[in-house]
Amino acid sequence: MIPFYIGATLVKVLVVFSATLLMIMAMTLAERRVSAFMQYRLGPNRVGWGGILQPVADGLKFILKEDIIPDKADRPIYLMAPVITMVPALMTMAVIPFGAPLQVGEYMVPLQIADLNIGLLYILALTSVGVYGIVLAGWGSGSKYPLLGGLRSSAQLISYELAMGLSLIGVIMITGGLTFGEIVAYQQETGWNIWKQPLAALIFLIAIFAETNRLPFDMTEAEQELVGGYHTEYSSFKFAMFFMSEYANMITASAFMVSLFFGGWDVPFVDEAALGNLGVGLSVLAFLAKVGFFLFLYIWVRWTFPRFRYDQLMRLGWKVLLPLALANVFLTGLYLVWKA
Amino acid sequence: MTSILFYMFASLLIGSSLFVVLNRNPIYSVVMLVFAFANLAALYFLLEAYFIGILQILVYAGAIMVLFLFVVMLLNVGPDRARPQWAAMDRWWFGGMVGVVGLTLLALVTRGMGPLRSSAADIDDGFGEIAPLATDLFSRYLLPFETAALLLTVALIGTVFLAKRRI
Repeated sequence: MIPFYIGATLVKVLVVFSATLLMIMAMTLAERRVSAFMQYRLGPNRVGWGGILQPVADGLKFILKEDIIPDKADRPIYLMAPVITMVPALMTMAVIPFGAPLQVGEYMVPLQIADLNIGLLYILALTSVGVYGIVLAGWGSGSKYPLLGGLRSSAQLISYELAMGLSLIGVIMITGGLTFGEIVAYQQETGWNIWKQPLAALIFLIAIFAETNRLPFDMTEAEQELVGGYHTEYSSFKFAMFFMSEYANMITASAFMVSLFFGGWDVPFVDEAALGNLGVGLSVLAFLAKVGFFLFLYIWVRWTFPRFRYDQLMRLGWKVLLPLALANVFLTGLYLVWKA
Repeated sequence: MTSILFYMFASLLIGSSLFVVLNRNPIYSVVMLVFAFANLAALYFLLEAYFIGILQILVYAGAIMVLFLFVVMLLNVGPDRARPQWAAMDRWWFGGMVGVVGLTLLALVTRGMGPLRSSAADIDDGFGEIAPLATDLFSRYLLPFETAALLLTVALIGTVFLAKRRI
């Protein structure tokens, strides 16, 4: 039992890790093709079939570029920052359940690397550590614009973390559990949380756009004002690491959103357990489709909305989203008391 | 296995804490303090206090230290190159005395505690999870909990008032 358990976990780690990296590659291509489609262009379509090998070409190009370390940079901090950004971004996928339990011989293997009893907090903690990468990159570059980008980002991420955390409380209150396993199981029985916590879902959606530094909240790298923000001075593979962790964060945020509000791997109107391992396959596909939708939403929003001004961003975070999230907690509490 | 992990994290914790105190560049100190908090959280995890451990990362490493970093970066504090005021010998004497007094205090405190319980078998079911903690916090310790919350609010309002005379 024990060796089987360890083996299964290792296989799951490998699968989740490589799936995340593959999705990052697919996202870089999708971003360019979808934006091209929206702007009535073609986008990269020459490498491979219909441009499908473009991410590989991009990756090779990143590796072969000259690796520059600016004279004014603070070397240890400058070198550490991309790693600090990348590692938490890849670690968060560990607690997301991506399918119904799989039957292997006589064992049931849950399709989730670890169901921690502090599941949601684990993701919040890791995203809050990811802030350091951006802030330190901004400071360590020893240059004006990265520093401004880093400062903006730390203020932005801390502000929106509050609204994000508070919007989760409503979900935790109605579910009565803090692990992803419990939250998804609850939605299996009583329907998706989006119908019960629509306000929380909306606040959460806005907050994850801010947390992943995507338009309309990409203050940290606002090209017109800050050249490239915190990664202006980075080149070659270190830049690629920032780039990849941005996409990794988007994938985690989408998976988080799906697990909390859209039933996780739940296939609507289908009893996965009755179908055996076919149901497991279906549930994994459903999970991927839902995550894919939110990833598409990211791209869609990016090429549709203009950027917020910095004071507007702060006002939205502190004066709109935070009170709304508090009101949501209060209303959920009232509902629970009324029901009991 | 647990004791190997304990000694690893404990020595990393002590090492990084020493680095925080002895280093002269404030930014490095802040970064190492974050690392020290991460190791402290790992020690909490080894004690099966998962919630406290994750709060350590979420609140201290994730929120408070970012503000520290923010302040250090904004003030642009460079490495501390000021010459110490005292002669070297005085500092050694003073440091030695503080060390002896500290160790004596530590010895007295640990003697009063009796044998340490650290094995997982001693721990009740559900220890370190959120529900038992919340039950205690909102029933037995409700008054201290609310008082602490009130104090923090007062401190917050006071800070805003002091920093911004015209609101």
